[in-house]
Amino acid sequence: MSSDRIVGIDLGTTNSLVAYMQGESPVVIPGEDGSNLVPSVVALDQNNQPVIGNTARRFLIETPERAVYSIKRLMGRGVEDIQEELKLFPFRLADDLQPGEVLRIKLGGKTFTPPEISALVLRQLKRNAERYFGAPVTKAVITVPAYFNDAQRQATKDAGRIAGLEVLRLVNEPTAASLAYGLDKKQNGIVAVYDLGGGTFDISILRLHDGIFEVIATNGDTHLGGDDIDNLLITIALDDIQGDLGIDVRRNAEIVQAIRKAVIDAKIVLSSQTSIKLDINLPQGKRYQREITREQFEQLIQPIIDRTIGPVRQALKDAGLKPEQIDEVVLVGGSTRIPKVRALVKQLFNREPHTDLNPDEVVALGAAVQANILSGGSTATENMLLLDVTPLSLGIEVAGGVTDKVILRNSTIPASATQFYTTQVDGQANVAIHVLQGERELAKDCRSLARFDLKGVPPMAAGMPRIEVKFLIDANGILHVSAREQRSGKEAEIQVQPSYGLTDEQVESMILDSFDSAEEDFRQRQVIEARNEAGTILTALEKGKKSPAWGKLTTDEKKRIAKLEGALNAVGNEDDYAAIRKAIEALNQATTHLAELMMDSAVSSVLKGKTMDEVDMGEGPMAPHPVAKAEFE
Amino acid sequence: MTLTSITAKPAPEETQTCWSCGSMRASHFCEACGKVQPPAPVDYFTFFGLPRKLNIDVALLDRDFYELSRKLHPDLNARAGSQEQEWSLQQSSRLNDAHRVLKDPIKRTEYLLKLEGVELEEQSKSATEQARVTGQLKKQVVPPDLLEEVFELNMQLEELRAQKKMGEDDPALIEEIGRQKLELEEKHEALLEELKKYWKGWDALIDRQLARQAVSQEERKQVRDKMVDLLNRRNYIRNLVRDVSEVLGD
Repeated sequence: MSSDRIVGIDLGTTNSLVAYMQGESPVVIPGEDGSNLVPSVVALDQNNQPVIGNTARRFLIETPERAVYSIKRLMGRGVEDIQEELKLFPFRLADDLQPGEVLRIKLGGKTFTPPEISALVLRQLKRNAERYFGAPVTKAVITVPAYFNDAQRQATKDAGRIAGLEVLRLVNEPTAASLAYGLDKKQNGIVAVYDLGGGTFDISILRLHDGIFEVIATNGDTHLGGDDIDNLLITIALDDIQGDLGIDVRRNAEIVQAIRKAVIDAKIVLSSQTSIKLDINLPQGKRYQREITREQFEQLIQPIIDRTIGPVRQALKDAGLKPEQIDEVVLVGGSTRIPKVRALVKQLFNREPHTDLNPDEVVALGAAVQANILSGGSTATENMLLLDVTPLSLGIEVAGGVTDKVILRNSTIPASATQFYTTQVDGQANVAIHVLQGERELAKDCRSLARFDLKGVPPMAAGMPRIEVKFLIDANGILHVSAREQRSGKEAEIQVQPSYGLTDEQVESMILDSFDSAEEDFRQRQVIEARNEAGTILTALEKGKKSPAWGKLTTDEKKRIAKLEGALNAVGNEDDYAAIRKAIEALNQATTHLAELMMDSAVSSVLKGKTMDEVDMGEGPMAPHPVAKAEFE
Repeated sequence: MTLTSITAKPAPEETQTCWSCGSMRASHFCEACGKVQPPAPVDYFTFFGLPRKLNIDVALLDRDFYELSRKLHPDLNARAGSQEQEWSLQQSSRLNDAHRVLKDPIKRTEYLLKLEGVELEEQSKSATEQARVTGQLKKQVVPPDLLEEVFELNMQLEELRAQKKMGEDDPALIEEIGRQKLELEEKHEALLEELKKYWKGWDALIDRQLARQAVSQEERKQVRDKMVDLLNRRNYIRNLVRDVSEVLGD
């Protein structure tokens, strides 16, 4: 098995998935519980050990101060950006947070940055994949909302590194979805991808021609999704409870979480039923009961889903297209299951949208396709190439606090721009540059990416130095800056103060911690799995010895089996999984004949060549394995 | 965001052989082994192997763009060595930059004029904004044929702004401004057609040059100046339309 297989990961606001290209088609890799979705929930258990996914969900209700969800909303953001978020989500920020510092979230007695929390989710996905392949996974393609800015992308990449994953590419979610759809349809035309997920909305318009997926325009809102619908419903419920029952449960985190769960369930049910009854137990033996009809629900969410109209119109305008020129519309994200959302999309584009692929899985599947392209491609992805764009303009602050745009939004990436700077005072050694991202005219309205100083400019008269600064947005949508003074040929030293984000050293220290334990965890899991398998085969052998088939074996065969059984018992309790596997394999070989004999003659021909552990698919620990049997080198 | 410094590498020489397999190479990738080559410091026209002419077959340009993308894009060089990956990133960004500029008639003309040493009059919105913020007078040239019209329009815009501040608006005034905006937009479009006439003149000069016939500096300057003047007028109108849209709120 090749050790450098690349997985595709959808790191979602609500759920995350990992997928892999199996032969000619991408498949989602399930977790140990058999579920394809890993809820993006992280909690700390009583021993301060991180718990991720479905198991962490229970903490949301029982010990909400030890759990966090929707962390994606905080990725790459500063404390001043998230005031709205804090009103709606129970994020508990560290008390000693300094302005300009990367956010830290309290979980139990510890604090974590958003990339570290995301890294825990990524590590869970990594483990699921390793369990599936039976080999370490170290490389990944991770998807991000198309409308993510530089800081949010960088934070996602950092999370990958912390999780022990080399992030080969960040792919925009709607673009990834189009790859998954384009795989079986290899046709030409204009496609619009409407992606309304748990926390983000993206709209992308692509031109497909001969395998090239060219994004022509993208737009969106990185803070609009199913979460907003949930919050609205929660607010209404809390108001009702206060109004009708006279109790204020807003500060009761446990009750709020219970309400959250109830309204999410109700939201989902309302996509297939016309009404639902909420029934929530409250303190003092009271209950909150309310019936919501689909009609009421649709009225309530109208203002939220209407917020997708502006970005859709802008994307069409930027693409220079009218709705009738769109050949296909694809729906992505769990929130597009809501009939009212589908109706809105249909109305916007005047056509029936495609929903053939599971909207929760399509992004991960597309990420797997991109991973396959990066690893050299296969027959399925031959000739496929993704040409994506930068969603936001890149600018530099010039005199008067104005943004001078150097790379416009919707430029195909990689893209670059070269600017020249000079000094204003004789002998000036430093030039300050402020890099911005956004569409607004004034620097204060744009997103500040970084301020940096060009240092060590050779002493010259004012206006003489000619400093070449090159801005390059790579295929991940991440900005790189380099500088050189042209007259002296001297490289200007760049000292950067990123407006948000972790420094390389910080990321480095975070990696080591989790990476070490990840390796150790992986080894331990291997041992446990090997021991389980050993148990299975030994149990099966005990059964075999009692069967009439045992008597049909030759003495030599019996001797050989006994010897290998002893060997397996001897290594079974040691920590060397390779030795355990070797012993299992040997015993398996030796018992092939016994296994055949044990089978009823009617099926024996079908099972010829099977080994002991395959014949006995009884109650052994291997039996409920939700995926294919693990393969080992 | 990540920062690196431009390494002070010598400018790539005009080598004719592939660094990897030694074959004679095309400029961006090797025809023989397909490897990406170090980027050469060439202008956008040269990047696509085009003469500096303004009439470009955009369909052909697109085709070349896709073909080159299939060779140069980082995704297709993800398993190459780090130096090759770096070249792929540089070449591919250069390709995208060149394609973006050349496919657009106005950007293409502006780029050619810049190559010809012309600094275009700064008529951008940022200049307007800067002037407003700093209180300095905006450096702008009102095209003489528009002088009267622009004066009138600016008066009306002032009036409408004042009205809006008071919370009222005069439908007749809005309609009148809207009508003028429409006219300006038509003029804006018409100027593109006019520009294309000058392209012919410019391309004829380049053709003569390619046929090794003498072309005087004066001839070049004449066509060039006409294009500069036209672009300035066009930019002026564009900014005016933008201002009007802002006041009208559409």
